[in-house]
Amino acid sequence: MADSTTSRVSYTLDSTLDSVNKIEQTAEQYAQRAGFDEEAIPYIAMAVREAAVNAVLHGNAYDMGKHITASFETTSNDLVIRITDQGPGLDPSTLPDPLAPENILRGSGRGIFLIRSFMDEVNFRKLHPGTELTLIKHRTPAKSGT
Amino acid sequence: MSMKVSTRQVDGVTILDLSGRITLGEGSVTVRDTVRDLLAKGQKQILLNLADINYIDSSGIGELVSAFTTVKNAGGELKLLNLTKKVQDLLQITKLYTVFDVRDDEATAVSSFTK
Repeated sequence: MADSTTSRVSYTLDSTLDSVNKIEQTAEQYAQRAGFDEEAIPYIAMAVREAAVNAVLHGNAYDMGKHITASFETTSNDLVIRITDQGPGLDPSTLPDPLAPENILRGSGRGIFLIRSFMDEVNFRKLHPGTELTLIKHRTPAKSGT
Repeated sequence: MSMKVSTRQVDGVTILDLSGRITLGEGSVTVRDTVRDLLAKGQKQILLNLADINYIDSSGIGELVSAFTTVKNAGGELKLLNLTKKVQDLLQITKLYTVFDVRDDEATAVSSFTK
């Protein structure tokens, strides 16, 4: 097993819910190794799960001819997770605000909002084709040297 | 990983005891199908006991909202019982905590339904 302060791993996976579960479990393991506490880990894992669901469901639309990738990197300061899909591309500025009164009772549309709620930084990058979503959680200063 | 549901009746209210996870492709479909079946049978006063739900994602939250509006549109009531801290936090973050009628005592919850 690599040193938790510098480790990085990448997976290329099918567009399935099994892949989503695998990515979620891996995120949980990386968050543990990065020194996040019991309170924070489930929310990090949830944010990563939401990103993976987005890639499989909205990006690749369960197309078995398309893949998603997930990379996990622990630096001295951050836990960095990147999820990519091969879909039509996501423009985050077009997403409706799930907290707006007219959207509050919608049955969907909260995934990106939850990701932003639980992570410190969330960046979108357009690929050709697809989207790369980068999720960053800062490691606490006390744990960063472990 | 999956969700389990058992159903019981108390004073005309259908209580669904849910356990496990409500997520895309797992519990969310079960919640939808169970509520739909109850409405088809005319059981419109529904209390979701979430005491043993240890995880819910955005799809699960969406499913609870859809169940709430579906039951309401059918002339019934759907309330939530015994939220874990995690689920409660999620409903607070998404501003849904005040949309739902959330209870922490079963007897009081049952008696709160319109008779």
